Amino acid sequence: MNFLQPIGHYVLKFFGSVGRLVLFTLTALSHCIRPPFYPRAILRQMIEIGYFSLPVVGLTTVFAGMVLALQSYTGFSRFSAEGAIANVVVLSITRELGPVLAGLMVTGRIGASMAAELGTMRVTEQVDALTTLSTNPFKYLVVPRILAGITMLPILVLIGDIIGVLGGYLVAVYQLGFNASNYIQSTWEFMENMDVVSGLVKAAVFGFIITLMGCYHGYTSKGGAQGVGKATTDAVVSASILILCFNYLLTMMFFDK
Amino acid sequence: MSDIPKIRLRNVHKAFGPKTVLNGLDLDVMPGESVVIIGGSGTGKSVTLKCTLGLMEPDSGTIEVDGENVVGLGSRDRERINHKFSMLFQGGALFDSLPVWENVAFGPIADKTITRKQGKELAIEKLAQVGMPAEVADLYPSELSGGMQKRVGLARAIAGDPEIIFFDEPTTGLDPIMADVINDLIVKVTRELGSTGLSITHDMASARKIADRIAMLYQGKIIWQGPADSIDHCDNPYVQQFINGRADGPIEMAVRK
Repeated sequence: MNFLQPIGHYVLKFFGSVGRLVLFTLTALSHCIRPPFYPRAILRQMIEIGYFSLPVVGLTTVFAGMVLALQSYTGFSRFSAEGAIANVVVLSITRELGPVLAGLMVTGRIGASMAAELGTMRVTEQVDALTTLSTNPFKYLVVPRILAGITMLPILVLIGDIIGVLGGYLVAVYQLGFNASNYIQSTWEFMENMDVVSGLVKAAVFGFIITLMGCYHGYTSKGGAQGVGKATTDAVVSASILILCFNYLLTMMFFDK
Repeated sequence: MSDIPKIRLRNVHKAFGPKTVLNGLDLDVMPGESVVIIGGSGTGKSVTLKCTLGLMEPDSGTIEVDGENVVGLGSRDRERINHKFSMLFQGGALFDSLPVWENVAFGPIADKTITRKQGKELAIEKLAQVGMPAEVADLYPSELSGGMQKRVGLARAIAGDPEIIFFDEPTTGLDPIMADVINDLIVKVTRELGSTGLSITHDMASARKIADRIAMLYQGKIIWQGPADSIDHCDNPYVQQFINGRADGPIEMAVRK
């Protein structure tokens, strides 16, 4: 029966980490609504997450829009449905690719750096030092990051949506020879408010996931440089998987007929 | 009032899994007194400090600060108690995202007892007390040498006029001359503030210099304590082995694990 032992060990370990993560999340959320707040720290994180992620998100979505237009043209021209390209581009970008691609790129940029920064602060006792200076490390380190993530990701995705649709437009008009005003008109016609709104709600959820994972793995890291490295990897991997997972769940919630 | 110890630890136990670290520790620190705990690595010196600060919860036993039991306090009461404390961390634990002056004035600014502008003045004043010029205030911690970081850490520890200061191996990692400078500063600033001091170290030169009373920790208990000048003629074989730094004696190092 010895083979049961490792199975039990891993099951216990799994539930242990799920429990710790849930406790961490609840603590973080409860601190989000209790003062004192640190506006300077929140602003700093907003600039870090929102402003400095713009180039990455912009580049990702513009190429996604461009390739969408190109590929759907190849497909649709086989049964002369080229008119649907604008529809495909705007739907795919606002509903799926905008939030998911932006979420994954920001995970790589922000999730990793948060885990590394908080992890280093943990192993060099800076987190303990905060406590001795009567500052709650949750309020000072975790809450500003989570709030900035929830608010900045939707803004990033909205900008990404516009850039992505523009990318599709550029390819359709300048490479595939569509009429510019027709293309813009059909984009507007097909787009519904719900497409954009669902994408922005997804973005807020992804922003929460990215910052939560970055903070959780960084905050709980131990064991020096190796521990910080592991925290960074764990933060990026877990956030990426959770983003794809929640993307499916949220899509089902919004568009299940 | 003066017969109530500032800090009183009674029968404190703490274990990590199967490994017992504190095994019924008793210790009193009187107001205005400087107590140094000596002991080898891994004997529970740091754990003692962390339990007193509330960074860890002891498994059993009581820890009283000014006669009030602080074990298991809620976060608000804990914050009130921690206002009396400050700590000089072994590695300095300076916040490397903030300039030196914000590090030094972090506690008072976080408490909103002073503005940021007053904070800078306070920081320069406290830096002068530890013999650092005002120009240092605008540098970042990574631009300072190890000894300078320790001094900035000391300036931060005294900035909030604490009643009790903890020193975690204040001289570790410094050259002998800088170590002596730090020892002199510790004696000077605690005397000026009239603070109670509790230090842990395995540097006997440092212990002799800053201690009124020395306590030796071995296997999770205080096995000897007495005035600093009596340590050389005490007949406790454990203490004799430790202060003379001999490899053979009653203390057996866990060389083979």
